[in-house]
Amino acid sequence: MLIQKPNKIPSSEITPESVYLNRRRFMQAFAGVGLAAAALPASALLSSGDTELPIYPGPNWLQPKLKAAPTTIVAEDDVAPYDAVITHNNFYEFGTKKSDPFEKAQEFNTDPWKVEVSGEVESPGVYNLEDLIAKVDLEERVYRLRCVEAWSMVIPWIGFELGSLLKQFNPTSKAKYVEFVTLVDKEQMPGQRGFFSSLDWPYTEGLRMDEAMHPLTLMAVGLYGNSLPPQNGAPFRLVVPWKYGFKSIKSIVAIRLTETMPKATWNQTAPGEYGFYANVNPKVDHPRWSQATERRLPASLLNPRIIDTQMFNGYADEVASLYSGMDLTKWY
Amino acid sequence: MLVAQKFSNLRWGSIAQWWLVFLAALLPLVLLVDALLANRLGADPAKTIVDELGTWALIFLWLTLAITPARRLFNWRKPLLFRRMLGLYAFFYAVLHLVSVGTFILGWRADLIVREVTERPYVIAGFVAFLLLMPLAVTSTRGWQTRLGPKWRSLHRLVYPASVLVLLHFVWLIRASYAEALLYGLLLAFLLGIRLYYTRNWRTR
Ligand code: HEM
Repeated sequence: MLIQKPNKIPSSEITPESVYLNRRRFMQAFAGVGLAAAALPASALLSSGDTELPIYPGPNWLQPKLKAAPTTIVAEDDVAPYDAVITHNNFYEFGTKKSDPFEKAQEFNTDPWKVEVSGEVESPGVYNLEDLIAKVDLEERVYRLRCVEAWSMVIPWIGFELGSLLKQFNPTSKAKYVEFVTLVDKEQMPGQRGFFSSLDWPYTEGLRMDEAMHPLTLMAVGLYGNSLPPQNGAPFRLVVPWKYGFKSIKSIVAIRLTETMPKATWNQTAPGEYGFYANVNPKVDHPRWSQATERRLPASLLNPRIIDTQMFNGYADEVASLYSGMDLTKWY
Repeated sequence: MLVAQKFSNLRWGSIAQWWLVFLAALLPLVLLVDALLANRLGADPAKTIVDELGTWALIFLWLTLAITPARRLFNWRKPLLFRRMLGLYAFFYAVLHLVSVGTFILGWRADLIVREVTERPYVIAGFVAFLLLMPLAVTSTRGWQTRLGPKWRSLHRLVYPASVLVLLHFVWLIRASYAEALLYGLLLAFLLGIRLYYTRNWRTR
């Protein structure tokens, strides 16, 4: 078992103490970057050398909720240092280089933020993110993130289960899939202006309804105890830890519940290379490179940290049943 | 025309220029090492280093291929002096690129290397390109030039398939933006196309 789930722990232990213990393990994961007292809030979990890096406290309405978020699920792996997580991003809206999002997204305006909810729901409409967040409880979860490019990081998100959000809109019985859409804004997103970029905007992604309702599926609004930095997909993004990172769509402006499988950007761009499911699977290679191993970042030159990729990114116990009977080499 | 023969009766100005180009060609490496030591290469320094070195290997290869067209089109003879050096720099950066892939990406793990070299089309293209460039680097000396005589020229035509394979290597690993590849592709098409043009005209003359 690579993750700790409170719901598998006897209820007598689900007390503030277990939260504290989780936090402590989180701290231990951080020991390498010089952290001390277990009682520190998550926002203090920045390594000492990170002081020149920007901190993203977030809008006033979000801050108290972020601070109150208990830690519930912790991957046993070493958490990536803050600087790696906020400077090494794939967010093609801001450019295709890993450093582009950090360099070009700092002025990205993410508050106030509206989300259009439509399709197979009883209560469609345009919602303020603030109002949606007011109805959910936030928690901190440390997940492994495996990029389809064969690198990975371990990241402390703060968010809430997607299921608890979708329930707010009362999905109808016809809702079989969820589609997500990222903002299109050529003014703010320089990557969308490129003539040669082979992605069609907006970026869209989708999940099957049972995947969307799975308790591991997170909508993140925070990172390292603070709000989500723009380069990491502010103000809110999807995090599906058992799928390749490109499924975890950022800066979402629309959520549509549909009866048929929605279009997903990378799947549309190169269907032979990126499937709709995109479950992490060491046995199914990308046509151009292997998925059997990954490089755990941050890697240093002398320690490339090449590790074996795990089925469903190590979350097989929790999610394998969603795909029983499916041929995963066909539905990659 | 043998550069080395010319070297003995070069004027000092030419020697200074030779050194200037020599040092300028080292600059990408110096800047890369500097960025590495200053911790400016980000969370994945390995990948940045591999990409930078690969890109410079490609650029020096293209520069090497540009020398003959420069003479034909503009009667620009000076760069001939640097051709061997540029070619060797292309190989030098390719070796560093390869060593970086082996060390920083694959950790010299035999299973990974075998898998990469047998299964990845883009790696196979790069690998074959490297194998083609190797004998060219070895036989770039004056001794080999005289020893091989006319065969030397035929042997060094291997640089054409090698450059096409390098382009293929690059195009195959692209995920989204083809702008850079298009630029290198058009440049190579021009550099090779012009040779074809001159060879045709020369034959039919
Ligand atoms: C055995 C030989 C070679 C191997 C194993 C190899 C491997 C690689 C790898 C792993 C990458 C990074 C791929 C990625 O983006 O995931 C790469 C990129 C590259 N390689 Fe090679 N390579 C080889 C030979 C060469 C040669 C001979 C050249 C040029 C003369 C070259 C030029 C490049 C270029 C231009 C890139 C792209 C850099 C970028 O994305 O900006 N490679 N190579």
